[in-house]
Amino acid sequence: MQLDRLKTGGRIDRTRPLNFRFNGKTYSGFAGDTLASALLANDVALVSRSFKLHRPRGIVGAGAEEPNAIVQVGTGASTLPNMRATQVELYDGLEARSTKGWPNLRFDLAALNDRFSKVFGAGFYYKTFMRPKAFWKYYERFIRASAGFGIAPTEPDPDSYEHRNAHCDVLVAGGGPAGLMAALVAARSGARVIIADEQNEFGGSLLSGSESIDGKPAAEWVNAVIAELRDRGNVTVLTRSTVFGYYDHNFIAVAEHCSDHKGERAADGVRERLWRVRADQVVLAQGAFERPLVFCNNDRPGVMTASAVSTYINRYGVCPGKRAVVFTNNDSAYRTALDLNNAGIPVVVVDCRKSGAGSLGATADAAGITVLRGHIVSDVIGRHRVSGIRIARWDGDTQSTFDSTIRIDCDLLAMSGGWSPAVHLHSQSGGTNAWDETRHCFVPAESAQANVSAGACNGHWSLKACLQDGIDAGAEVAARCGLRTMPVELPVTTEGTDNPMQALWRVPASKDPDRCPKQFIDYQNDTSVADVRLAAREGYRNVEHVKRYTALGFGTDQGKLGNINGMAILAECLGKTIPEVGTTTFRPVYTPVTFGLGAGENVGELFDPIRKTAIHERHQAAGSPFEVVGQWHRPWYFPQGGEDLHAAVARECLATRNSVGMMDASTLGKIDARGPDVVEFLERIYTHDVGRMKVGRCAYGIMLREDGMLMDDGVMARLGEHQYYLTTTTGGAANVLNWLETWLQTEWPELKVYLTSLTDSFSTIAVAGPKSRDVLQNAGCSIDLGKENFSFMSVQQAVLAGFPVQLFRVSFSGELAFEINIDSAYASQMWQILMESGKEFDITPYGTETMHVLRAEKGFVIVGQDTDGSVTPVDLGMNWLLSKNKDFLGKRSLSRQDCVRDDRKQLVGLLSVDGSTVVPEGTQLIEDPGAPKPVPMCGHVTSSYFSATLGHPIAMALVSAGHRRKDETIYAYLADNLVVPVTIVSPVFYDAKGARQNV
Amino acid sequence: MFLIQCPWCGNRAETEYRYGGEAGISRPKDPDALSDAEWSDYLFYRSNPRGAHKELWNHAQGCRRWFEVERDTVSYKIARSYKLADRNSESGS
Repeated sequence: MQLDRLKTGGRIDRTRPLNFRFNGKTYSGFAGDTLASALLANDVALVSRSFKLHRPRGIVGAGAEEPNAIVQVGTGASTLPNMRATQVELYDGLEARSTKGWPNLRFDLAALNDRFSKVFGAGFYYKTFMRPKAFWKYYERFIRASAGFGIAPTEPDPDSYEHRNAHCDVLVAGGGPAGLMAALVAARSGARVIIADEQNEFGGSLLSGSESIDGKPAAEWVNAVIAELRDRGNVTVLTRSTVFGYYDHNFIAVAEHCSDHKGERAADGVRERLWRVRADQVVLAQGAFERPLVFCNNDRPGVMTASAVSTYINRYGVCPGKRAVVFTNNDSAYRTALDLNNAGIPVVVVDCRKSGAGSLGATADAAGITVLRGHIVSDVIGRHRVSGIRIARWDGDTQSTFDSTIRIDCDLLAMSGGWSPAVHLHSQSGGTNAWDETRHCFVPAESAQANVSAGACNGHWSLKACLQDGIDAGAEVAARCGLRTMPVELPVTTEGTDNPMQALWRVPASKDPDRCPKQFIDYQNDTSVADVRLAAREGYRNVEHVKRYTALGFGTDQGKLGNINGMAILAECLGKTIPEVGTTTFRPVYTPVTFGLGAGENVGELFDPIRKTAIHERHQAAGSPFEVVGQWHRPWYFPQGGEDLHAAVARECLATRNSVGMMDASTLGKIDARGPDVVEFLERIYTHDVGRMKVGRCAYGIMLREDGMLMDDGVMARLGEHQYYLTTTTGGAANVLNWLETWLQTEWPELKVYLTSLTDSFSTIAVAGPKSRDVLQNAGCSIDLGKENFSFMSVQQAVLAGFPVQLFRVSFSGELAFEINIDSAYASQMWQILMESGKEFDITPYGTETMHVLRAEKGFVIVGQDTDGSVTPVDLGMNWLLSKNKDFLGKRSLSRQDCVRDDRKQLVGLLSVDGSTVVPEGTQLIEDPGAPKPVPMCGHVTSSYFSATLGHPIAMALVSAGHRRKDETIYAYLADNLVVPVTIVSPVFYDAKGARQNV
Repeated sequence: MFLIQCPWCGNRAETEYRYGGEAGISRPKDPDALSDAEWSDYLFYRSNPRGAHKELWNHAQGCRRWFEVERDTVSYKIARSYKLADRNSESGS
């Protein structure tokens, strides 16, 4: 039974009843309801428990400002926490529940907090849970559970989200009277317009009232405007679309809720769409929020803002009470009194002003509504629901206190403490606000970006003023876009005269503010007048500090209701003016957005591009697991018959050392560098004498950053007088190209050098091991592969198995080896041919892990593993690579004071003394395990493997002054306080003379 | 997110660009002639002004060209952007 549903009226569809569940109970509402309006129709007053004191709470607002009715909507993987019931459109089968209250909402054990609320003042958590320090993790779990703003689903989100980029001349945020008018004017000028409104239909405040425009109900005017906008080809009309972020250079983020009003899941298509809009001009027309009044027990269920009550009556055909009182300090709430009266609800107006309202006051009098002028509400009676109020006489001129109160029975109290323009987006964009002394609110002052505020969010309250402001704003932004506008006639509205608002930030109570019943400022964070006063007493002066101490303005509503009242009360405590206290910073997001919206399509396979080599499918077929290296997926090892990593790697290593192995090295970065000045250019980049290389020769080259630290390494080959072929590390390919281009463009534009990335065009297959030459010969090679014709560290063009290839005699394993560079189109075929050709030698494909072990046995470093951006080539023992004949990038830095310290960490080899422990990579090294803690560290392990070739573990490490500490024993400090002695040795563990690769 | 004008490609979103820090830092002609302090000044020290700032941007996901931008570090307003070759002239937009 929808007890509180009015017989007629509202914008709901009474022919379409919808069932929904709230806290396990089934209710019914109508299409067009929000969860909040449907709950109110069903006389559900209690919807939540408060954050800290667990006081019973009801619905206060009707929109984004709602602080109490924060619910969990939906189930399982689709569930959404932190939803404002006032913004949740009802659909059939909707499941929602309160996020607070244990064991249940009506009987909440933690409500005992309220009985001891004197203890739970501002800073309670800071003061209480400080010690013992180690206990915080236990406290935290309890505090978070008892605060509870809902739960995040644990399963992956089954729905789709998308991002869409858009550009426009004018973006209009908000589709109320001002926004519509601005959009219309701009659209008629020919501007490309996007108008977005967070609600399911346009009209803004007009949806909540009973006003008329041009002699007709306002809704008809709204429909006509929207119809024209939709008709025009130059306007994008977005409903259910919240402009939630205003970023630099008019970059605007809009969250479009595509399917949440239809059901828990997006049945087809997209659940939410993020519009990333770059607008030439922006019109901000988001309206204003009505402020509550701050009186004793102003948080009881049944206390609502007056505008919310009007919204429920006019828009949803619901009256949230049977006997009402309206408490106000301004004229606007008289409309609510008239709405209540028209709905047949007995209503009394309590107006703190002795003069009462202007023309609306006369209308109320004429309607026979009792208006108590010069009165205030001093307290609210009832715990789970308002059952009455106490009122007292009050003289605003003398601020005199009172001595007696009268009780009035009611179950609904509609309050209005004036209006605050929604300056959120204006402020996010960097604009400033100014305090308006007559309207008692902050209004936009200076704009920092190309925008104009219009309507109520510009401080205009009357419909006529909002429409006019919209016309002006539309004309202004169109003109700024260089477009001509036609004069637009101001629609006809009925306007009365208002009496000025009376500032009443804190309503006087019968006891002093620290001892009277709680006067709440921020419902969601349970921040009361006493808390703000306490903060001021304890020395907090800055509004940002008071915010963090009292939690004023945190949470899902971000102080949309309470902030201005809080700042005004703080100002009073500090003896300052409101503008002196100022506001806290407004940041995106305006209302909460989902993670799904932020992620958009960039999830799962689309999260990051995957790069595969041309031979990927063969590796996959061979059963290789893949190692992710940057975006590349590289074969890790090739297990046979249930081998684990270690068994496979041991086999692959031995096969390569004893016969022949083969690996896919295609991910290496490859750059073609040519041009008349290429030698000069590369001399400046690389540390060795590039120009001395003969055509056809290869060299190992390193490049340094200007600070002298090793940046990248790789083999380079001189292919011609003015042509080099550079290879880089897999991860460094893009960086190196950027680096080279940067120097060419910014510092040495006079050098004629052309760079081309060949990384993807060519694939590289490394064949390594004593039998590698035989394998290539078996495959059929056009050149003599013997040592005399094709020596170590040289390059030749050849035809291999019928394919043109570039053959490099280079080795990263220390064995006789060939690297075959081949057009990627033929790489997979070549791999297969070589597998066939190597059959008689049991050719063994190996992956990145075996590559790492083989190179570590030879003491070859891997940039990024054995180095970390703080390692110079001298630290690595690479002095032989540093030319004395020229300057190169980073050279000067090598003689900087810090780079010549004799205790720098230097690359060494390590052998475990016990001959069996493989010390984990990253392990810290210490001199003396018996030293008092904290034990100083002298280095760390960078690479560590079990070497099947040598039959014992090997490791590389960076050790302080390591180069002159050969044969010393230091200690690896493992987890669980285990200490392993290790001996410092040369990092070249195998074939130190390099005889095996030079055959 | 900034809207930056590439002198070659026009207005593009910041995500297409790579930032290159303060503009006008030239590599010393003879590094060996510098003291450690002078070399460090080139390496590490930047002016970090409040207000107008000339900086390098690279259209990394476009034409890959470096150019200079005059940007206000407080308001983020971009006064102009221009090719490196034009850095000593008043042209550019």
